[in-house]
Amino acid sequence: MTELLVGKSMKRKEDQRLLTGRGRYVDDIRRPGESHAYFVRSPHAHAEIRSVKKDAALASPGVLGVFTGKDIQRDNWGSIPCGWVVTDRYGKPHKAVPHYALTPDKARYVGDHVAVVVAETYAQARDAAELIEIDYHELPPVIDLATAMSGAQIHDLAPQNLCYDWELGEQAEIDAVFARAHHVASLDLVNNRLAPSPMEPRAALAEYDPAQESYTLWSTSQNPHMLRWMLSENVSGIPETKLRVISPDVGGGFGMKIYCYPEETTCLWLSKQVGRPVRWTGDRSESFLADAHGRDHRTRVELALDDKGIFLGLKVDTVANMGAYLSNYATSIPTYFYATLLAGCYKTPVIHCDVKAVFTNTSPVDAYRGAGRPEAAYLIERIIDVAAMEMGVDPIELRRRNFIKPADFPYQTPVHLIYDIGDYDASLDEALRMIDYAGFPARKAESKSRGKLRGIGVACYIEACGVAPSQLIGKMGAGAGLWESAQVRFNVTGTAFVLTGTHGHGQGHETTFGQIVADMFGIPIEHVELVHGDTSQVPMGMGTYGSRSLAVGGSAIVRAAEKVIAKGHKIAAHMLEAAENDVEYARGWYSVPGTNRKVKLTDVAKKAYIPVDYPVGLEPGLDETAFYDPANFTYPAGAHIAEVEIDPETGTLKIVDWVAVDDFGKVINPMIVEGQIHGGLAQGIGQAILENVVYDSETGQLLSGSFMDYAMPRADDFPNFKVGYTETPCTHNPLGAKGAGEAGAIASPPALINAISNALGIRHIDMPATPQRIWRAARAAGAADAQKE
Amino acid sequence: MEMTGEQRIKAPQGIVWWALNDRDVLQASIPGCKTLAKTSETGFEATVTAKIGPVSATFTGAVVLSDIDAPHSYRISGQGKGGIAGFASGSADIHLVPDGDETVLTYTVHAQVGGKLAQIGSRLIDSAARSPAAQVFVNFSECLSALGPKDARKTGVVVPTIWV
Repeated sequence: MTELLVGKSMKRKEDQRLLTGRGRYVDDIRRPGESHAYFVRSPHAHAEIRSVKKDAALASPGVLGVFTGKDIQRDNWGSIPCGWVVTDRYGKPHKAVPHYALTPDKARYVGDHVAVVVAETYAQARDAAELIEIDYHELPPVIDLATAMSGAQIHDLAPQNLCYDWELGEQAEIDAVFARAHHVASLDLVNNRLAPSPMEPRAALAEYDPAQESYTLWSTSQNPHMLRWMLSENVSGIPETKLRVISPDVGGGFGMKIYCYPEETTCLWLSKQVGRPVRWTGDRSESFLADAHGRDHRTRVELALDDKGIFLGLKVDTVANMGAYLSNYATSIPTYFYATLLAGCYKTPVIHCDVKAVFTNTSPVDAYRGAGRPEAAYLIERIIDVAAMEMGVDPIELRRRNFIKPADFPYQTPVHLIYDIGDYDASLDEALRMIDYAGFPARKAESKSRGKLRGIGVACYIEACGVAPSQLIGKMGAGAGLWESAQVRFNVTGTAFVLTGTHGHGQGHETTFGQIVADMFGIPIEHVELVHGDTSQVPMGMGTYGSRSLAVGGSAIVRAAEKVIAKGHKIAAHMLEAAENDVEYARGWYSVPGTNRKVKLTDVAKKAYIPVDYPVGLEPGLDETAFYDPANFTYPAGAHIAEVEIDPETGTLKIVDWVAVDDFGKVINPMIVEGQIHGGLAQGIGQAILENVVYDSETGQLLSGSFMDYAMPRADDFPNFKVGYTETPCTHNPLGAKGAGEAGAIASPPALINAISNALGIRHIDMPATPQRIWRAARAAGAADAQKE
Repeated sequence: MEMTGEQRIKAPQGIVWWALNDRDVLQASIPGCKTLAKTSETGFEATVTAKIGPVSATFTGAVVLSDIDAPHSYRISGQGKGGIAGFASGSADIHLVPDGDETVLTYTVHAQVGGKLAQIGSRLIDSAARSPAAQVFVNFSECLSALGPKDARKTGVVVPTIWV
């Protein structure tokens, strides 16, 4: 019998293709007669569009058409929807402001889509775009979150630029808890706005077939079925049967490629208008302007503790930036993926969260790696360190006193979720051991002898992954169920197709899913072919985000494979002339225990497709579909520890050590998981010390619009990460897996800011903690110390 | 962005004031000014080519003179559309003070850019705009100082009789 593949660090099947330049991305696909779209974007953050003069552009060489929002509206194409209805504290739904592919009336952010030119070549489209004269009447832009509600109204539907004012928890309860607190720690903090910046920018190619009256859209989408659903039901009215969405190889998404965007919507519309395939590939400038950004919260957090340091209550007041329009899931991120995580790893009995979501004249904001959960983990892990400092308690000890213990599971939090399993002390113990926490004072003293400030910071995070149990999220306002589908086709020659509704764009699905199926069927991984990203091939699915692909999509694959095996069981019993109950199955073989009679699954498959001597009444074929709806979220958790050294003279930060200990439940491919952790850490550390989207507060111009001004982390910003695992298998899915994609980005910002604060001996420093901010904080702290002495 | 400066011009205030209102002198003074057409007593239509950081663009737009207090001060302001490169707008408050036969010109310039110009060049705008803005007044001063009846034809400036 071959070696089991699950648990092995197999090299990724897809890398041969991807690393040798043979990947096929949207921009690699060529269609006969294709044309090129160029979008004319608003240079103003907030302006009425009074007129658009197209004549000169229309007369320009190679131009096939020039269109505005009014042209698309005449075709009755609707608004791009927001699929999650958040009900505010007064019982009213959020303000569902319209979001048209091309804005017909007003430009609402710099980069907003005002017109589009289609031409034979990209250069011709771009040249013609220069000739379009747009008469803008500028309006005062609303940029600053703090004053957004008193700024000029951006949408007619949303007075005070308020999307919703939402509350979780009982005000009276939290007030009572705070009234009897021994100590209250409080902190104002910013969760900085980020530009996701995957390697491959967004792209779209749309083609209309007049014979079939059908459309094909190639898109860099993380979830082609959802894109088809929204375009069909909400935007275009094209029947789902006449719209095929294909997501081929996609070069990273991080959440940003979940959504239905104006560009691909416009290309779809254009393809019929101009009667030619229409292509758009964004450049990096357009990515900065018009990709959905992440985070952007301003928060006041207060933690009430008793005299022993036991948490009594947590109070959170957040203003969340929606940007100028609602991206598809924007409403859910600062509510149901944020406030529901505010218990963290702790037995905080009372939690209250206020969230005001506001519109501003900036790019729309939606889920980005972690999506709500990094914002929650950041404030929890920061306020604990502040409380520890103020009460003179060791921050590790304060965490331990409040941890939910293994005996407490399943644990009902005060914020909807029920954690099924975990062991937070175990992860923390392992992380402390790996970083030699006990040796830190000596290392700190050694740094001090060189005039450097050394600090250490821990963050114990939890996240809700395996998105998501349909009933639970339905009650929260989700417009879709977040189950997943799988089809397993066991072929007559003994190979298997695995069709999944998830979509891989860097995660290594072809390998991970291949390992699972190869083990279940006892066939080589080379004989398992994953099919994904094509709505015409794969059953309806929900795509990839929220660390759901393995926990939910993988579980669906297991269920479909089990159905194949169960059907094979009937055939095998017939072949072995045994009662079904007497036949056992293990990794590709059906056998009758106690005898030498056995038959291979591949032979059973042949029988299923050539059903001559065959069980009476049994359908031929070995092709099974499963839909898997998770019973609960999964709850990966862990402890990350950062150790830093700061030069107080220059503010330069060096991350000298990093330990990540995560509990992802069962791990299928440790190498792939480690890669996921590294990627998450890179993005989380980027947020903590480098990355920041900045709009000019007066004009709304994007100031961080290129990699010259938006600081992406590089390899030399990181130490060698030390990665460890603890394991409590998920209790409710067949794989015991929890999901690993987002953890690094969730745990790392608080760990790093805790370490920097610790090094400087200060309560807090806002992200990104750039050398300038660190230098200022070090100076201020130094001055304060000098005063004390 | 805001910048201020001062330029000493070797010409009496009356001449400087006249030049400040003259299409040809203004065009010769503005770096990259391709066309400047008078549309009214106080208005012009301008085309200016400028390069800021990695972005170069041709701006077209209206230039307006306002707050006119002849022959002491005015405000010259304009907004230029640079197509897909974005836009630039700005104004300069200009004051003249006589000093013997010469004139001291002081200016305060406010400038703003938008769109791609701000996105890519914001970091460079200050330095990129500072030198051309200062250059305007240097050119203006040189244009006037060098101006004699002989040079008038060369620059296309029609010299008023008081000069001769």
